[in-house]
Amino acid sequence: MESKLEAKPGEKPGEEAARQREWPLWEVFIRSKQGLDHRHVGSLHAADSAQAVQMARDVYTRRMEGVSIWVVPSNAITASDPDDKAAMFDPAADKIYRHPTFYVLPKEVEHM
Amino acid sequence: MDARAVPSPQVEYLLRLGDSALILGQRLGEWTGHGPVLEEDIAMANVALDLIGQARLLLSHAGALEGAGRDEDRLAYFRDAREFRNFTICELPNSGLEKGHTQSGDYAFTIVRNLLFCAYQVQLWQALAGLPNPSNDAQLAGIAAKSLKESSYHLRHAADWTVRFGDGTEESHARAQAALDALWPYTNELFADDAVDTAAAQSGFGALNAPLRAPWLAQVGAVLEEATLARPRDSAFVSTGKSGLHGEHLDFLLAEMQVLPRAHPEAVW
Repeated sequence: MESKLEAKPGEKPGEEAARQREWPLWEVFIRSKQGLDHRHVGSLHAADSAQAVQMARDVYTRRMEGVSIWVVPSNAITASDPDDKAAMFDPAADKIYRHPTFYVLPKEVEHM
Repeated sequence: MDARAVPSPQVEYLLRLGDSALILGQRLGEWTGHGPVLEEDIAMANVALDLIGQARLLLSHAGALEGAGRDEDRLAYFRDAREFRNFTICELPNSGLEKGHTQSGDYAFTIVRNLLFCAYQVQLWQALAGLPNPSNDAQLAGIAAKSLKESSYHLRHAADWTVRFGDGTEESHARAQAALDALWPYTNELFADDAVDTAAAQSGFGALNAPLRAPWLAQVGAVLEEATLARPRDSAFVSTGKSGLHGEHLDFLLAEMQVLPRAHPEAVW
């Protein structure tokens, strides 16, 4: 969590107070049942991680969506730049030999 | 001729538990759309809905035992304040006692009330569901077992906020302490067993409340200590909601809760 007391450099009067009222953002991951991966479901504001877990329970699992919750500070996530999309991902499109299209997945293998 | 003329202690006992859950659920529901932040708005609405769910089970059971043909809706919507058996603490307005029955609430008051009442519910459900002496009424024991999980979460939610308020800023501490001071006398009613409680307990149906106070106090006291809140001095004041003698606030709550079914008695979705 960010320091609550000091104004950030370049902050105008009032902005510091507004920032203090704003809780940090958390990304929420829910495991819907045993054996599955945690999946990103959304985000929420909370004062700290314990409160974020509790609020995620109320906001994201009220219809029995989950058996486990992870929360991660949103500012801890480093994301790829949407502008790099072409350079990052397009080159994979024509490498069909990398795509496992020659296998038929047995029915017993769920959740691939 | 009227099966309601002399209600059995069992029915009265169930009405007390069911009405308390219903009235507090309705009270907390007033926060829906008005909560301090979106996440907490949803959390409090969940608590309110859990309580109304408990009330539905308890009132349905009360109606069935009464045998006068009243179902949960009949009991919830077609009784007047004098016939409600909820503890007074449940009907107090969200805004606290001094500000009257305005819609805008004081969150510290709401949270501290939940702490005090939900901690009582946890003790009660444990007594009714638990070993070695669960209620001899299988349905009530079952309702208690289901409700215990919900109330344990409500308690956790309220305790978390109580600590944040009490051990927070000067203002949040002052508000939490003021709420605690105002609410504390109303907890006496929870543990003051009368003829109904005693008869229900003696028949093996209910549980005496007085023995629940020590574990309740330990649980609440630990939260207050962590929250740096001072436990108020005990008083001899005992509110009388569970006997049907209510304060000025319940009529307003019932008017809002009952207006639709009374205006359109047979309305369905």
